[in-house]
Amino acid sequence: MKKRMTLNQKRMMMGYVFILPWLIGFVYFYVRSIIMTVQFSFSELTMDMINGGYKLINVGFENYRYAFQVHGTFSQNLTSSIFGIILDVPLIIFFSLFMAMMLNKKFPGRAVIRVIFFLPIIMASEAIMDSLQLSEMMMNGGISPMSSEASITSSDSGVNVRYLIGVFLDLGLPISLLEYLITAVSRINAIITASGVQIIIFLAALQAIPGSLYEVADIEGATGYETFWKITFPMVMPHIITNIVYTIVDSFTKSYVVEMAYNTAFGQFNYGLSSVFSIISTVITLAILFFVVGMIQKRTFYYT
Amino acid sequence: MSKIITIIKDTMSDHDKIHSLGLDVKKFALAIGRIAVLIGVSYVILAPLIGIFVNSISSNADAYDPMVYVLPKNPTWEKYTLVLERMDYFSTMGSNLIYVITLLIIQLLVCSMVGYGFARFDFPFKKLLFACVVVMIIIPANTIMLPVYLTFREFDPFGLMTLINGAPVNLMGTTVPMYIMTFLGTGVRSGLYIYIFTQFFRGLPKEIEEAAFVDGAGVWYTYFRIMLVNAMPAVITVTIFSLVWQFNDTFYAKLFLISDETVISKKIASLQATITNQDQILEVVIQELYLNAGIVLVLLPIVIIYIVLQKYFIEGVERSGIVG
Repeated sequence: MKKRMTLNQKRMMMGYVFILPWLIGFVYFYVRSIIMTVQFSFSELTMDMINGGYKLINVGFENYRYAFQVHGTFSQNLTSSIFGIILDVPLIIFFSLFMAMMLNKKFPGRAVIRVIFFLPIIMASEAIMDSLQLSEMMMNGGISPMSSEASITSSDSGVNVRYLIGVFLDLGLPISLLEYLITAVSRINAIITASGVQIIIFLAALQAIPGSLYEVADIEGATGYETFWKITFPMVMPHIITNIVYTIVDSFTKSYVVEMAYNTAFGQFNYGLSSVFSIISTVITLAILFFVVGMIQKRTFYYT
Repeated sequence: MSKIITIIKDTMSDHDKIHSLGLDVKKFALAIGRIAVLIGVSYVILAPLIGIFVNSISSNADAYDPMVYVLPKNPTWEKYTLVLERMDYFSTMGSNLIYVITLLIIQLLVCSMVGYGFARFDFPFKKLLFACVVVMIIIPANTIMLPVYLTFREFDPFGLMTLINGAPVNLMGTTVPMYIMTFLGTGVRSGLYIYIFTQFFRGLPKEIEEAAFVDGAGVWYTYFRIMLVNAMPAVITVTIFSLVWQFNDTFYAKLFLISDETVISKKIASLQATITNQDQILEVVIQELYLNAGIVLVLLPIVIIYIVLQKYFIEGVERSGIVG
């Protein structure tokens, strides 16, 4: 034996052995792919269908220019996706925190309710949603029913939303706030189905809060309101960040821009443009993430 | 004098009673409110499912009958028999389940191994590499789709395939790319599973391993026989997530052109067209009944698995350190 390793060095090597499969995968599929995607976005890619392989012609910023200035729907879809996400995130976070706090209490039938609440996670099948939407579209003679206008006026809930809107308008609520609330209510289904995982994370966070904190608050005579803002909220604050990150990433992967990137590549075989779509959406996701997390991180309280 | 005292005492106790009554009323109102919200939300979640199921068992006449609401007049299973046949249900579902479960086993082994590596060993660049795991969670899969597609269309790692076959292999249309990616820890949401396992292993007491080490257990033995057994909550959490997300995944299935013989969710997408063409059922309303029957059939196994595992799942999530 030429050189004996110390125990620490041995363990170090073992560590690398353990993460080796992932390390190879990460370098091969992620690092390499990201570099290639960036490269594609600056070039025109033509596939050689007969011999295999592909050719790249450098076109500079042409693809980017095309995406923003020439392409008919890209900028529109991008902004509407971003605004949709920014509107949705607070709704989903507050809804899931609220629900998690409810599910955390003991009450008869809790087990059944929990099973129902996590059903959306397993039901979130894109294929099923798509086929249902398609059949509905055919029923309506090829017109997509998925406009918010339609969902407000013809809501199945049996509540006359129009009337309620009128009442709130008479109360003198600011219209912008009202609009936000109305979109929230009319999209309640989407919000509920999107918050399954978030409820789980909050539930786990609530369970992790030491009970002694609540005991002290109770002895000191704190009200439920104070207990929430002084104990529960700060304690789940780190998980609010986790949930925001999860929500943003999740809604971006489901957004229309991603679908466009896929269709442009495999429907129109415009690989360069598709790479541009992918890169722009990724960069924007990351920018939103850093901005939001950076904003909240400063105000976050870490217990340990 | 004594009378006055008793009167005062009485009023005092009355006051207490009123006070406690007020608390009771408040509690009662809160409970009612909570029940109302829970039932309301449950309704929003369940209503579409109930609707799908009801549609799938209604007869053709029911579909046009405006009097039928929720309860069909002539419930029938005939939609299912046709859909079972057209979807080739049992063989497709069988191969789909095999596909999903084998991938799940690979996910569990690889991700727990990587998670253990991150949680228990110290090596240079560990923090940076773990940040890469988080990056993997954050980056949308569409960013890497083109290069991955090209890689597997002419699969030739380090010129190995050319060495053996004389030419790169085209793996499109097979399930091999998914297996390779999962095996290398980059499958469907593998980053998240690695993260869950890492956090869980970090939370386990070090003493267990030290005891094993003193008793002469090697690293691999410790990992397989001691740590993995203790990580049951994390294993169950990842099991459910992986089963469900792999089953529902359409992105990679579309990207790798995996045939609809192994991925049943691709069959559901074409079910309506199949029924229109093969059975000449041209009314859209009736087609939708068949489509709903197909959806029920596709969801069935995954719902059963979920209901069997859900008790452990929710306990598991609470203890698996998914929250860090």
